[in-house]
Amino acid sequence: MPEIVLTQASAHLRHGSNIGQPLTRRDGVLKVTGAARFAADNHPPGMLYAVLAVSSIARGRVTFLDLQAAKAHPGVVEVMTPANKPLLAEDPDAKTNPFIFRLDVLQNDHVRYANQPIAVVIAETLEAATEGATLLFPRYETEAVRIGLEAGESFIPPGVGIGNPAETHQGDVEAGLAVASRRIDATYETAAQYHNAMEPHAIVAAWDGDSLSIDMPSQGLAMALGRVAGLFGIPPESIHIRSPFLGGGFGSKGLISGPQVLGIMAARLVGRPVKLVLRREQMFGPVGHRAPTRQTVRMGSDSDGALTAIDHHTKTASSTFDDFFEPASDISHTLYASPAISTSHEAVRLDTGTPLFMRAPGEATGSIALESAIDEMAEACGMDPLAFRLKNYAEVEPISGKPFSSKALRDCYAQGAERFGWARRPLASRQMRDDAGLLVGWGMGTATFPALMFQGQARAVVRNDGTGIVETGAHDMGQGASTALAQIAADGLGLDLDQVEFRSGTSDLPDAGIAGGSSHTATAGMAIHSAGADVIARLADLATGDERSPLFGAGNAGVIARRGRLFRRDDESRSESYAEILARAGLAEIEGRGNSAADPAAQSSYAMHAHGAVFAEVKIDPELGQIRATRLVGAFAAGRVINPRLVRSQYYGGMIWGISFALHEHAVMDPRSGRPMNPNLGEYHVPVNADVPSLEAILVEEHDSYVNALGIKGVGEIGITGTAGAVANAVWHATGIRIRQFPITLDRLIEPTP
Amino acid sequence: MNIFDYLRPATVSEAVAAASEPGSAYLAAGTNLLDLMKGGITRPRRLIDINHLPGLDRIEHLPGGGVRIGALVRNSDLAHDSDLTRRFPAVAEAILSGASAQLRNAATVGGNLLQRTRCSYFYDVASACNKREAGAGCEARGGDTRLHAVLGWSESCIATHPSDFCVPLVAFDAVVEIEGATGRREVPLESFHRLPGDAPERESVLEPGELIVSVRLPAEAAAFSAHARYLKVRERTSYAFAVVSAAAALRIEEATILEARIALGGVALKPWRTRTAEEMLAGARPDLAAFRRAAEAALADAKPSGDNAFKIELARRIVTRALVLAAAGTPERVPALPASPFAPVPGVLLHA
Ligand SMILES: Cc1cc2nc3c(=O)[nH]c(=O)nc-3n(C[C@H](O)[C@H](O)[C@H](O)COP(=O)(O)OP(=O)(O)OC[C@H]3O[C@@H](n4cnc5c(N)ncnc54)[C@H](O)[C@@H]3O)c2cc1C
Ligand code: SF4
Repeated sequence: MPEIVLTQASAHLRHGSNIGQPLTRRDGVLKVTGAARFAADNHPPGMLYAVLAVSSIARGRVTFLDLQAAKAHPGVVEVMTPANKPLLAEDPDAKTNPFIFRLDVLQNDHVRYANQPIAVVIAETLEAATEGATLLFPRYETEAVRIGLEAGESFIPPGVGIGNPAETHQGDVEAGLAVASRRIDATYETAAQYHNAMEPHAIVAAWDGDSLSIDMPSQGLAMALGRVAGLFGIPPESIHIRSPFLGGGFGSKGLISGPQVLGIMAARLVGRPVKLVLRREQMFGPVGHRAPTRQTVRMGSDSDGALTAIDHHTKTASSTFDDFFEPASDISHTLYASPAISTSHEAVRLDTGTPLFMRAPGEATGSIALESAIDEMAEACGMDPLAFRLKNYAEVEPISGKPFSSKALRDCYAQGAERFGWARRPLASRQMRDDAGLLVGWGMGTATFPALMFQGQARAVVRNDGTGIVETGAHDMGQGASTALAQIAADGLGLDLDQVEFRSGTSDLPDAGIAGGSSHTATAGMAIHSAGADVIARLADLATGDERSPLFGAGNAGVIARRGRLFRRDDESRSESYAEILARAGLAEIEGRGNSAADPAAQSSYAMHAHGAVFAEVKIDPELGQIRATRLVGAFAAGRVINPRLVRSQYYGGMIWGISFALHEHAVMDPRSGRPMNPNLGEYHVPVNADVPSLEAILVEEHDSYVNALGIKGVGEIGITGTAGAVANAVWHATGIRIRQFPITLDRLIEPTP
Repeated sequence: MNIFDYLRPATVSEAVAAASEPGSAYLAAGTNLLDLMKGGITRPRRLIDINHLPGLDRIEHLPGGGVRIGALVRNSDLAHDSDLTRRFPAVAEAILSGASAQLRNAATVGGNLLQRTRCSYFYDVASACNKREAGAGCEARGGDTRLHAVLGWSESCIATHPSDFCVPLVAFDAVVEIEGATGRREVPLESFHRLPGDAPERESVLEPGELIVSVRLPAEAAAFSAHARYLKVRERTSYAFAVVSAAAALRIEEATILEARIALGGVALKPWRTRTAEEMLAGARPDLAAFRRAAEAALADAKPSGDNAFKIELARRIVTRALVLAAAGTPERVPALPASPFAPVPGVLLHA
């Protein structure tokens, strides 16, 4: 059984065998039978349906809405507009901290992007509300729109991502480039991607006086609670949010969105519960997207293929009214050793919704450019791309000089390459064909993602029947958090999984931190682990201090918690069950609390990242240009694996997004109107099954004693990184054509025949 | 609620009478029509549900060797009819390359012929579109035109017809059987869809109230069964409309092409038959040079309607490849990735 080092009370050990088991999702049966109740499945008595009317212009003002027509429609109860919307306690345009984003909740008649809500129609039925919204026939005063990275004035943003500096310089890049014997200077473009989880943003809101009950998918319950409390001027205690299941989040449900706030406002306005669900096309505006980028990477290397300089510059875009700048260049801080590294960002403001966090924000976008550039550099040096990466392997974090808390990237390269058969790859491009004559190309990329932790809390209880309860407001976005965290909870209490009731997904539980930044298992898991330690320590105190207990006097020796009993550490023949200890003490239950947070000392001493290596094969029809990623092998090292089945599916999902990034996904924006032209899943392409014929993820063993006591890094986002570049590099290797605009579409491979 | 009448006539003549009222639309599986209604692109005042009309869901193998396919035959049922697959393999392959299994299980033959364009400006009701509203203008011009027409387009509309099924049908001289207020008539599929000209709002030769009752494939089409293929290039491996597609069929005897059929999809507002190219191949040897010449001829009149010149070159290559595939012979069964360049082709080196 794996032994877990305790953070607080190392006097006691806990043994369990739940961590590491490939359990299936505990909510799997509920989901496949349809019994899982997602937010929009709730219908409280008296509920009305709200439907958004959204703007078809991207910039200007709403001058007229045909309220009469909408209200006259049978079933329509009310139309909410800037004129009659309930007053908010807080200005939705106020920016009080970097995690507060400005919302469009009918504060005025201005339009700042296409698909911005301009009215909400509330009706007895969904059909009536939908028709009411159609009948509004808005009229606008339109201004010229700014769409595309060429639009608007470019500036250096005050910061990128969440509080990262826009520029970072280490060493002298120009000098490094000057001494280089080989140089590349390449510009890559990535397209805007829009959040499209299967479950669109939804809310069912019900007011009871000044108390508010909400069903809503959320990746950040505590933050949503705070935001709603602030906006509506009510104490957080009088708000209850339930989010037991999410149909995907990917960052889009980290913060409550404008449309969800509008659902709460609508319920207040009509004094009845209201449901509001976004239509698919309404996802393309108010709920965040990945901003487009244009990235220029300059690199130099000496004659041995050692990098002398990396310069990574990103031009990106935010909205006209808020700040989120895709930190794409920052990926170059951590991956490849170079005496000089410079990263910088510039931005323009466009008439779009505010870009936001989308799975690996910055890392995914930056990775495809960096990994393509590394491939080009290896090619310039006449080196195998893996050999080139090993040559420039970063033994310490390049930008900071800090050692890595752990880094099994060499193992990832080795195991991935071995499994893929990389050694058989011809160096030159356009060398391989399959039996049917299709071009075959092999490419690779390095994956990386920081090992982050937020602050979290948990509560654990052992009852006198020997069972346990563990509570934390964690978020199961479909990734299986409630399964993996229950495994940690069981081991944390030294109980079998079926002896522990794990509660999560509501706002009245201890704050589990936001489910973002691939930090949720570490954050919530460590809080649970600590809460378990607290309970065990209390139980041990009861037993070791009681002369009637066989454990009396073992306080210094310590105890081991295992399968519902405490054992004396130096004499395991002496033990007592939790139930016996509580019964003798006359207690019905005993409670413990736990907190988690990143350890600042460890953070200042170590660079903490997960790593991986992804190898991709593509096949391309030489004349027709159609591309298919036929085989992908990823090998990832991300510390301790709590549940290999769930971890593997996170890698799969990330890698599939990587294929999407390289070959499929992009929002088509009409530059004249600013409207997204493919706002539906028929035309906004993501890979289908036939696009992913073979996918493997190898879990590379890695032990990290610095990230946190459980040794957990994150696995949610890393899969996109590395993969997108690997696919793009494979396209080059297959064809000899270097496409630097992503996604790579077949028209770019169709050169007219001479 | 968008209030409309919903009628479920019991006979074809009742249906025709009901649909002759202005503002009526036939409802087949609704996989296209309901999407259009939900998006506010069309707002019929009356829906005439034809799903319960008797006799329209049959595949009849006619005495002379032709086949009559009822308008309500579901796409999947047709593609899996073993007789049809054997005698008109390119038709089955085309159907199976379209949409998804779920959609094909629902979608009907009549609906497939009359599905509307996928021009994104047609779907975007805030854009001007001559097809949605006669004379409103065409906002696709100068917009995102990567996938628009390269043949037969006009200043007033540059959209394409998206059907896969129609492409081999037009190559094989399929005939549309129509029931109207004045009785039954037949129109060759080739002249069924209208090119945009200056009236893109009129999409087919159907008069108000006219109902497609069936589509007929003539017996002669079966003569191509040994050498008939459909090839569809798309932007993902499945579940995507064609960027460009082609049906190619040959009658070959003693290493000579007796007769060729070629049609293109995704290039014009109708399935595009290329008779000049076909005629060039008659009497030729089935080799790459001949196929390339035919492809040149097939696209001779093509011109980009925007940012889509690549489609012309792509179309030439697709025609050439489809002919190569057809010459190589129809596979025993429809490949696992129907019509895909990635369909496995045992023993044949296509891309040398
Ligand atoms: C996501 C998606 C992907 C798709 N991909 C493809 C693809 O790759 N290839 C492809 O070919 N198609 C594709 N399709 C289109 C699909 O084939 C059509 O939607 C379908 O064939 C329409 O048939 P239906 O029975 O549902 O027609 P409906 O939607 O019911 O009707 C369509 C139109 O035809 C009219 N109509 C129907 N039957 C008759 C009749 N008998 N007489 C007169 N008028 C009639 C209706 O009034 C309506 O105007 C796709 C559709 C979707 C939604
Ligand atoms: S191309 Fe045709 S369908 Fe598209 S917007 Fe123009 S007129 Fe409408």
